[in-house]
Amino acid sequence: MSTTLTVNGRVHELADLDPATPLLWVLRDHLGLVGTKYGCGQGLCGACTVHFNGAAMRSCVLPLAAAAGQKITTIEGLAADARLTPLQQAWCDEDVSQCGYCQAGQIMSATALLAKNPRPTDADIDGALAGNLCRCGTYQRIRRAVHAGAATLPA
Amino acid sequence: MHPDLSVLDPVSFPPVVTAARPGDAPGLDRRSCLRLAALAGGGFALALYLRGPDAAAAESAAATAPGAGGDFTPSLFIRITPAGAITVVAANPECGQGVKTAFPMLIVEELDAPWEQVKIEQADFDPRLGRQAAAGSRGTPTHYEPYRRLGATARALLVTAAAARWSVPATELSTPGDARVVHAPSGRAATYGELASAAAALPVPDEKTVPLKEPSSFRLLGRRIGGVDNPRIVVGAPLFGLDVRRPGQLFATFLKCPVFGGVVRSADLAAARAAPGVRAVFEVKAPGVASGVAVVADSTWRAFQARDLLKIEWDEGRATADSDAAFAAAATRLHDAPLAGDPLRAAGDFAAAHAASAVRVDARYEYPFLSHANLEPQNCTALHRPDGVELWAPTQSPSGARDAAAKALGVAPESVVVHMTRIGGGFGRRLTNDFAAEAAAIAREVSGNPVQLVWTRADDLQHDWYRPGGFHAFRGGVDADGRVVAWGEHFVTYAAGYDTDKVAGVAGLAAAEFPGRLVPNVLIHQSPLPNGIPLGPWRAPRTSAQCFAQQSFLDELAHAAGRDPVEFRLALLAVPAAPAPAGERGPVFDNARMAGVVRLAAEKSGWGAPGEAPWPRGRGRGIAFQFSHLGYVAIVAEVTVSPAGELVIDRVVVAADVGRQIINPSGGENQSEGSVVDGISSALVQRITIEGGRVAQSGFADMPLLRIDQAPKRIETHFLLTDNPPTGLGEPVIPPVPPALGNAIFAATGHRVRRLPFNAADLSWS
Repeated sequence: MSTTLTVNGRVHELADLDPATPLLWVLRDHLGLVGTKYGCGQGLCGACTVHFNGAAMRSCVLPLAAAAGQKITTIEGLAADARLTPLQQAWCDEDVSQCGYCQAGQIMSATALLAKNPRPTDADIDGALAGNLCRCGTYQRIRRAVHAGAATLPA
Repeated sequence: MHPDLSVLDPVSFPPVVTAARPGDAPGLDRRSCLRLAALAGGGFALALYLRGPDAAAAESAAATAPGAGGDFTPSLFIRITPAGAITVVAANPECGQGVKTAFPMLIVEELDAPWEQVKIEQADFDPRLGRQAAAGSRGTPTHYEPYRRLGATARALLVTAAAARWSVPATELSTPGDARVVHAPSGRAATYGELASAAAALPVPDEKTVPLKEPSSFRLLGRRIGGVDNPRIVVGAPLFGLDVRRPGQLFATFLKCPVFGGVVRSADLAAARAAPGVRAVFEVKAPGVASGVAVVADSTWRAFQARDLLKIEWDEGRATADSDAAFAAAATRLHDAPLAGDPLRAAGDFAAAHAASAVRVDARYEYPFLSHANLEPQNCTALHRPDGVELWAPTQSPSGARDAAAKALGVAPESVVVHMTRIGGGFGRRLTNDFAAEAAAIAREVSGNPVQLVWTRADDLQHDWYRPGGFHAFRGGVDADGRVVAWGEHFVTYAAGYDTDKVAGVAGLAAAEFPGRLVPNVLIHQSPLPNGIPLGPWRAPRTSAQCFAQQSFLDELAHAAGRDPVEFRLALLAVPAAPAPAGERGPVFDNARMAGVVRLAAEKSGWGAPGEAPWPRGRGRGIAFQFSHLGYVAIVAEVTVSPAGELVIDRVVVAADVGRQIINPSGGENQSEGSVVDGISSALVQRITIEGGRVAQSGFADMPLLRIDQAPKRIETHFLLTDNPPTGLGEPVIPPVPPALGNAIFAATGHRVRRLPFNAADLSWS
């Protein structure tokens, strides 16, 4: 039994995997894409956020069977040609990270937000990122970085 | 397995420095010395050795290592190659406190090299590198001067090499900060790379004679520098413990008894062994490792799935009698009974002063156990071989990881290699290296295969080393002039086990500074509750919990006396603190520095500003202060509470005095902002409850952390620079946050919340 999975534009043929396996573990343990983080396994912390056809999705509760044949993007797939996206650059410029463990998930959620809403308010940001926990408490800088990233986009 | 608390010992500071010179910061490790080594391909490397048993053994080992010549060591702080490549080693565990950036900045500042051109390299654990720990906010006071001396010594060697090359006095040479030595009179210049090989052949000057920069000539310290790992973090590059991938790696999960101290009575492992991808299932028996069953599989998910097939009967043991209800009932009995035993602290005549007070208030406060809830669950990767074990560990104490693994395997500590990964949150949890001991013991059963032990979120919440809860009964008295003249406190806390009166290491009252040396008549008792709960350091141990009770009660006294909470605190701080009683340890507490941050927080928040209209019902602000980990912090919180009781935290203003220099203001402010969020989260939403000797919570549904939409709308940080040695910022901002919030809630609603978490209280008003 084989499953076809498209991640960051690359097609993978995965053999002998239980179709119920959460996408998170396929990415981390089978494809070596460890940027998508394990935080809770219950879809409650957002550290595992990926894009599922462009929408932010918790990969720890997304079965492989549901991801197969869809367009999956992970944090490793955002920066094309080794150039940071404006939002990733803003994350560096605002020096958002403390431990950094949650930030890939934060950036995936924020990237999905800006794709729909290029000029979010603080309330929009809080609404879109409320599913992403930051145990270090960098929320104020996350808001700033999202605004800074948004400022680089056409309104 | 118990937390290694020795790394938390307070730094001993001399009394307050009034006329300090740059570079006289205490904390210089006088046992250290510098060694220079030539690199194989030319250039040089500068290493800090420690004198002591560990260092002697390490030096001896280095001297006999293949290809090593005497002093050569592969573990170095600074490397400069003839091509001009400069590498500076970050030696300490990075768990988000920013030391991988800030401490190399100290070296590079004095080296006078351009920050952007220096490569920062994470060290492995190596006793020759000196203290490698993330604990007690001690990094800055410990390393501030020695790391600068490393840079200054390297610079001095390069200058000496240039002076010899050009036959000019070293006094005519300068280093403009671009990794060159310049001779202005002749216009000659040489890069550090060009001078490196010559510098490597020079004798190392006595580090104590090497001049350090005047702070006014700092080029790097005080600049806002982004974290060195930021570009890797934002693309998801492998950095953390769980990101470790070794060839042939296996994955493990470890099921322990949900009741603390429980052990395996019998186990049926057959179904788990037959599950897909499973390589081994076994009961783990190793010194210092909890009883349980490990499952090793070819992926994390398969290990987790097979674990659910385990059938284990536990001998749950004595802790089943432990519960929050039983602890609370015992605390109430103790509080209701007449005070017994010797006081923890007594000064003046409490009974007389209390009786004579114009205003008297009695109140009881309590708060629950807390989990650390690091976002990266506990984990460790281990490779066992016949001659030892190699660990890749996200640990705040790599020496502790080495020792825990050595004990579990019954091998010499020297046979354990510890690679330090970036850490997905520390908060004190990773000072206890149970995960490293478990990984080593599990790896031995699959020797030759690297295996990554991954705790589930439930494992992480249910097998933590918890911040102890506590129960405070206060009796306070204020005189007619608004001065606190009597402070009585009976603190019911937790013992270090069942059959002992000894208070757990992280549970005792931190009464040395407040109120002990501020209030003339003090009577403090402490009663420990026997228990089987694993207790450990949680960010700003003791004060992060106790400050809530003390500064809330202080607020009650202010309001009862009809005084402004800021003026009331400043009056308390206006008298010189009494000297420490004979035999009492602990750092010196300076009232003037504390008053300074109270004033600054009040001023920056607009507290008592002339002409300000009274705030409407439902809006309020509160203030609190605390001395912890050598830092002085006051916080003003501003809240809005709707009539239905919905809380919005509008603004939090932090005023902090951590000495004369903020190494990296961006990192320092980030620590402050994060501490505010952490402090609010700890007081507003978090709670661990014990029922039948086990933790009731299992995930972020029943043990929430603060989310972005609950976070303060604005956090401001103001550093008060005073002429004192620089100290750490990982912890001291936390303690005043919960009481500032509670005092603001009181001001807004009239509800005095005396039991945490706040969100369990009804805040509605009409």
